[in-house]
Amino acid sequence: MIGNLIGVLFDGVAYGSLLFVISIGLSVTMGLMNFVNLAHGAFAMLGGYACVLLMTRAGVPFLASLPVAFVASALAGIVLERTLYQRLYKATHLDQVMFSIGLVFMSVAAATWFFGPSQQPVRLPDFLRGQVRVLGLDLGAYRIFLIGVVACITIALNLLLVKTRFGAQVRASVDNAVASAGLGINVNRVFGVTFALGSGLAGLGGGLGIDVLGLDPTFPLKYMVYFLLVVAIGGAGTIKGGLVAAMILGVCDVAGKYYVPQIGSFIIYVLMVTLMIVFPAGLYGRRA
Amino acid sequence: MNGTGAAIRADEPPAGAKTGLADAPQLPADRWRALEIVFWLAAFGAFFAFPNHRVLGSQILITGLFAVTLDLILGYAGIVSLGHAAFFGVGAYAAGVLAVHGWGEPVSGLVVAGAAGALIGYATSFLVVRGSDLARLMVTLGIGLMLFEVANQAAFITGGADGLSGVTMGKLFGTFAFDMRGSTAYLYSLAVLFLLFVAARRIVNSPFGLSLRGVRENVKRMPAIGAPVMRRLIAIYTVSAAMAGVAGGLLAQTTQFVGLDVFGFPRSADLMIMLVLGGAGRLYGGLVGTTVFMVAHHYLSDLNPIYWQFWLGLLLVVVVLFARGGILGALDGLRGRAPGKRT
Repeated sequence: MIGNLIGVLFDGVAYGSLLFVISIGLSVTMGLMNFVNLAHGAFAMLGGYACVLLMTRAGVPFLASLPVAFVASALAGIVLERTLYQRLYKATHLDQVMFSIGLVFMSVAAATWFFGPSQQPVRLPDFLRGQVRVLGLDLGAYRIFLIGVVACITIALNLLLVKTRFGAQVRASVDNAVASAGLGINVNRVFGVTFALGSGLAGLGGGLGIDVLGLDPTFPLKYMVYFLLVVAIGGAGTIKGGLVAAMILGVCDVAGKYYVPQIGSFIIYVLMVTLMIVFPAGLYGRRA
Repeated sequence: MNGTGAAIRADEPPAGAKTGLADAPQLPADRWRALEIVFWLAAFGAFFAFPNHRVLGSQILITGLFAVTLDLILGYAGIVSLGHAAFFGVGAYAAGVLAVHGWGEPVSGLVVAGAAGALIGYATSFLVVRGSDLARLMVTLGIGLMLFEVANQAAFITGGADGLSGVTMGKLFGTFAFDMRGSTAYLYSLAVLFLLFVAARRIVNSPFGLSLRGVRENVKRMPAIGAPVMRRLIAIYTVSAAMAGVAGGLLAQTTQFVGLDVFGFPRSADLMIMLVLGGAGRLYGGLVGTTVFMVAHHYLSDLNPIYWQFWLGLLLVVVVLFARGGILGALDGLRGRAPGKRT
């Protein structure tokens, strides 16, 4: 029973870490630019398909395909940011919502056109398959790997934001874009680089998540709520908030589906509405 | 709502009064313009002009009504909702369940559908009106998804994923039976749409409606001039939900079937697209957008649905980037640019 509980908790944390990697870019861009971007999942999907394509067509091993997923999504991110997103930073939230839903529809249609509507397979390397026995518990090897990767990414991101000059610029721009621009920070460039980084991380998460979340053309729509939730619950613009929110979501979703499967995803929606009411600005939100 | 509106009216000149200042803020003109009358005559004329498309026509009218209700909260009050289908679905199931259990009288069924929508709308309005755009987006989305799950699980009432079948409607006013060609459905929907449209038009042109626009434009300054923002938003949200419930009830009665898709996210998203396509914040935008969208969908559905979705996405991006205000906004722009014409 206890082992069972720990197993569910573990799966939830692994699931949550995945949500975190994908959504953290959205959280930072939303905090930075106040842009409601529903199309963030499309970048994750792009990363996933980049992985699949490399593995099936070019025979690249799984781990080697992940950096490519990052680069592909980051490139797509920066191109779209410079050409389209940038024009809408000052637009109303409604316009931003419509624009990004449009992008989602296009990405879903394009993915179906190129890859067909079916789920994409992923071939994990042997050492990531099966179970590993840790302290008398059988844990999925891939999930341990996931948690490890995400822990590394989180530490790296934190160092980037806290210790580097670029990180200081990002933090300053999140706090007050106008004052930062007045101090000589190229806020525009910070926006672009951050957007690319966020999209790249989403792509990486998409690649990592094929085995857990699956990958088919409806991916951006199916998980849109989850990514938005991480941001909305955690509070836009904070890494800590995103991490906590992603863990809560991951554990609750897995536990809900495991213990009370008959009410399905109901738990997550109740949780979402409740948290949004109690914390309208998110757990760690700075904006009231 | 008239009670709260009266406070404003006392300080303002009556509608249409000459204030001596051309640009002085005043209530929007409430007089019916010629173009509006032509519009409604055309909607009635379409009944005779396209006798083989009355079923599609009634669907357009119902969705048009639904779009008008979204316009009330989105276009006028500025509440971005991704879950408006919640009220549509509640109304549809209310009317449907009523008919399944032997109450087939249509008009009272619609009243019940509207009441059900209003009830859920009022109950959830408290969650929606507070918070930022993002929080509202999430809460409306969450409520919509939640109701979808409820309808899915409560199969003993709603029929679950199989849908609610066995909806048998009585004759309208005891005389007009619902026929396969959709003749009764079309006229019935048109009449309901027109009545509720007149109500919505009256609301947005009233002092109350003006205060909603004030909230949309600047939510911080409205309390400063004495407008109770929360109460205004709750009122319009409830009204909008009630009307959406009626629209849902209409769909259930005219198609004599209710499926889970009435609660689906695609319905909310499509609705928003239709409204933005036509032009939000101008009532007719929802009707025009719905007509264009659904006629296009009807004729392009022979194509691969994937194409449809792609072009729809592209259209959205283009509308947002280059044609803010939608079709009607673009028409206004054209008219304004034409020489010798006043906007």
